[in-house]
Amino acid sequence: MPTYRPGPVSLILAVLVALFLLLPLLAVIPVSLTPSRMLAMPTGELSLRHYRALIEDPRWIDAILLSIRIGIVSSAISTVLALCFSLGVWMFQPRFTAALVGFVLLPMVVPPVVSAITLYFLLTSISGFSSFFGYDTWLGVAMAHSVMTVPFATVLILVSLSQLDRRIDLAARGLGASVWERATRIIMPNIKFGIVTAALLSFVLSWEEIGVTLFITSVNAITLPRLMWMGLRDNIDPAIAALSVILIIITVLVLAVRSVVARQRGGH
Amino acid sequence: MRGILSDRMGAALLMAPLLLFLVLAYAWPFLGVVKWSVTLPTPGLGQYGALATDPLVQSVFIRTLRIALIVTLVSVAAAYAITVVWVRGSPVQRVVAEFCILVPFWISVLTRAFGWVALLSNRGLINTWLQSIGFITEPLALVRNEFGVIVGMTHFLIPFAVFPLASAMRSLDDRVLLAARGLGSSRMRTFWSVFVPMTRSGIIGSALIVFVFSLGFFVTPAILGGGRSVMIAELIYLRIFQSPDWGLGAAISVVLVLFVGALMALLFRYVRPKQLV
Repeated sequence: MPTYRPGPVSLILAVLVALFLLLPLLAVIPVSLTPSRMLAMPTGELSLRHYRALIEDPRWIDAILLSIRIGIVSSAISTVLALCFSLGVWMFQPRFTAALVGFVLLPMVVPPVVSAITLYFLLTSISGFSSFFGYDTWLGVAMAHSVMTVPFATVLILVSLSQLDRRIDLAARGLGASVWERATRIIMPNIKFGIVTAALLSFVLSWEEIGVTLFITSVNAITLPRLMWMGLRDNIDPAIAALSVILIIITVLVLAVRSVVARQRGGH
Repeated sequence: MRGILSDRMGAALLMAPLLLFLVLAYAWPFLGVVKWSVTLPTPGLGQYGALATDPLVQSVFIRTLRIALIVTLVSVAAAYAITVVWVRGSPVQRVVAEFCILVPFWISVLTRAFGWVALLSNRGLINTWLQSIGFITEPLALVRNEFGVIVGMTHFLIPFAVFPLASAMRSLDDRVLLAARGLGSSRMRTFWSVFVPMTRSGIIGSALIVFVFSLGFFVTPAILGGGRSVMIAELIYLRIFQSPDWGLGAAISVVLVLFVGALMALLFRYVRPKQLV
């Protein structure tokens, strides 16, 4: 428990920063309620027409369903690959581990736009052979998202493995358990929280991915962020404000639940 | 002997799928991009020569560096102010600070950029309000220029700047601060000559992370810059999709990777990786 507390000057500065951080999130609320067809502040009457547009316009529904499908597939791919890799690193501690982990983390540290042009190259090359897997297909987008999210999944699983007591595994090994038994019955049950977190983070990152998606889709694989992007660039569509409000509310609720759960866990 | 062999096999079997996946889906196509940069439109290093002489490309590089530098300074300073309260405040202050940091962090870059459009555009919140109280008659140009880009990027990057600072502040020994106060140093002086120097590694780490991120930023500048304040990443996009000049787009990407790689090498040389997390 720190005994050195921030003084009044620190507090005032921190409040200013906090306002700066929250202001744009609050600003979308009035815009989402405007009766106007363009981006504007509501003057007088409020309207829910932009929320209705989200439900009634099939483009939004299609984009949401596509984003969910891509998110689930890419999160499954990246979680399984990251889990196997991390188990290999932890159980066998092979030589060159640092270099191999560094290689796996590359898509996380390379500027996203460079990853985007790289994946554009990959998918346009694949398109030469296959029409349902490649540029502007949902499977292509799911694979590209796996490339981008797998470093994050790997980091999370490696961190939860690093907190595991090696002696449990040594005991299982001494008692004659095979590699498969050690992995599935000893190690994985102990890191299931890390695995679930990795899968969730991969899904969220894929759900909101736009930098790479812009490069690898054009008219067919329109994910939700891609549709928002189109609405933002041309004539700003206030339906985006309504959607943003909903996404912000979901985020706040999830964070609130998480912090309550964390507090209860800490309390025991 | 048999044990060692099967250990190696096990490790190889478990690690191979991901390594193979990334070699095929990431390393190999990156080499393809490098190949583009030296073969399109004609074989040779012509695109790299063009990079060095093209005034448009140069002005974009300089603008990117300028924006990245300003964003880094402002983000790290702002992050420092809120991190102090997050790490050292009273329990209530901590919860509020954490909320203000994590909510924007988890919200997508598009929603956040859109929030700034809603605030700063001609018919946005700020201009509408300033006009309604009669402070201005014509809307202020707050967006579709460099100012909007800097504001949006700073907003996006503050949470990323917070994490290295927080870990530096958490590991700081309280007794040193209490000793400084006990010896009669004022609050201000304790902060500037004890607290800040002792969190130096966090400041360096957070500045480098923000700087590296801002060099490759695409979405926020494209939306808030409105095509008038183009940064490197948007230039690559335009070269690939609007004026198909894949060779130049690829060459800029290669230069960007080399530059970021050099910065990362610098980071790991001066800051031990442990101090960052």
